[in-house]
Amino acid sequence: MQRQVALIKQSLFDQGYLDEQFMELEELQDDVNPNFVEEVATLYFKDSARLINSIDQALERGSFDFNRLDNYMHQFKGSSSSIGASKVKTECTMFREYCRVGNAEGCLMTFQQVKKEHATLRKKLEHYFQLARQAGPKETARRSK
Amino acid sequence: MAGEVPNLEASKLTALVVDDNFVNQSVHHKLLDRLGIKNDVVSNGQEAVDVHCSGRNYDLILMDMDMPIMNGIQATRRLREMGIESKIAGVTTRAEEEEVKEFMEAGLNDFQEKPLTISKLVSILHNLELYVQT
Repeated sequence: MQRQVALIKQSLFDQGYLDEQFMELEELQDDVNPNFVEEVATLYFKDSARLINSIDQALERGSFDFNRLDNYMHQFKGSSSSIGASKVKTECTMFREYCRVGNAEGCLMTFQQVKKEHATLRKKLEHYFQLARQAGPKETARRSK
Repeated sequence: MAGEVPNLEASKLTALVVDDNFVNQSVHHKLLDRLGIKNDVVSNGQEAVDVHCSGRNYDLILMDMDMPIMNGIQATRRLREMGIESKIAGVTTRAEEEEVKEFMEAGLNDFQEKPLTISKLVSILHNLELYVQT
């Protein structure tokens, strides 16, 4: 089971969904917070869902306030970067580029990609954390304090 | 991660995390915890100012730049005007030269680009002479 968890985690890195920042977070897990990464991931997905909703509503209104859109995406990119969500971060960067040049069509197109990558990562991480919990403390708590 | 993680609990260092992003708040709080640095968390520059007005003081302030109500540049300036001499490290994703310059000129002692890691945090502590390896 633990080997399966390790393989799944490795594939998330190999396929570019996660970067080294995720490993930094794992290093922070200890006996006091054995599920720290999962807790941060939960926070991230809750916060990013709110941002996605805000951007969706702004785009649906049809009035492209690129400044406001860029601010939302700046926050989204920041969170994604902090958790190591590499592909999501890349799409956020693309979106911000389109905001910078005032390209509405580009924003709409890229936002679909942002949502797609976000949903994919969410599904994969939920699966990973579920297996990690089943595998037991060895995979979740990395160190004793 | 590079090298051994120092435990600074014995040094009794304290820190304040100033960031509006919940993910960053959680990560930065834990990073400081890991180094044995007791820390508080606030969500914007105004809260950072308010906590100092209430009499609290910290060895280190990790200051985000973009925050609602009062941003990091405004908060840093205000804290310096109040005579707060704590070490303030700007921590932000914004890394354009002009933006960093403006942030530094507001009164920062150091600057690091997000995402923050243990080694970046240790680097801040070294640069600010809050941690000297023996």
